[in-house]
Amino acid sequence: MNILKFLISIIFLINFFSSDLKARNLETEITKNLRCLICQGQSVYDSDSEFANSIKILVEKKLDDGFNEKQIYDYLKDKYGDWILYDPGFTKNTYFLWLLPILMFLFGGAIILRKVILKKKKL
Amino acid sequence: MKTKIFPIFLIITFSIIFFVFYKGLQNSSIYTPEIKSKIKIPNFQAKEFFSKDKINSDQIFIGNEYYLLNIWASWCIPCKEEHKYLMDLSKKENIKIIGQNYKDSLDNAKNFLAKLDNPYDLIFLDNDGTIAIELGAYGVPETFLIKNNQIIKKIIGPLNQNLLFEIKKLIQ
Repeated sequence: MNILKFLISIIFLINFFSSDLKARNLETEITKNLRCLICQGQSVYDSDSEFANSIKILVEKKLDDGFNEKQIYDYLKDKYGDWILYDPGFTKNTYFLWLLPILMFLFGGAIILRKVILKKKKL
Repeated sequence: MKTKIFPIFLIITFSIIFFVFYKGLQNSSIYTPEIKSKIKIPNFQAKEFFSKDKINSDQIFIGNEYYLLNIWASWCIPCKEEHKYLMDLSKKENIKIIGQNYKDSLDNAKNFLAKLDNPYDLIFLDNDGTIAIELGAYGVPETFLIKNNQIIKKIIGPLNQNLLFEIKKLIQ
């Protein structure tokens, strides 16, 4: 009985992964990384608004024209600004955003290190 | 002493939080990105509204005249509201009004113009909305003031009396 359950779950897993792979073509990948500018909290891929549908068609056209992923991002960034990309590039406006976690990590690490050293000294 | 500091601290913290959020209520939550000044209009091909002939964008925006590119659709209700301002502008000699019919059915669009009159010097079709994306537009209605193949002013949303005045001032 246990073997049967195990087999069924394996079949389910294989099915799940293969269907996931099929859906992951480049177009969906790109549209998932684009923010739908007229929707709230949705990507272009998720949205069914007129704006998002047009962008989907445009991405498809550009891919047919031989654009690669980065060229499409640059093209849309040029039209709509950084806001359309979910992944903000490293520019003078965003360096703080990118560096803040590293700084916090270093700062926290320094505090912990100091405590550990102090404790050792006391011992 | 220690027990008194804590409630006071708590009250101060909460009043600061309340103040910040209360202020935030009045902020507009609509994000309009900064528009880079003087964007060149892209090269595109489209079909003409009445004749269905193919036209290129450089055949539409010629020379150093002022062009007002208006994205519209018959299903768009704010477009009806701004129509009277376009009619007003169409009486001006020194500006040409170009219509971009956005994701519309041809019959409905023709009815729309028959009912409300046609302010456009030329209309082209944008059935899948990709030309709007190439222009960097968000939807309908949207209006661009163009001179020398460059977008001088971009208006997201319907025109109103103030914007009409502004446009008239710009093209003088």
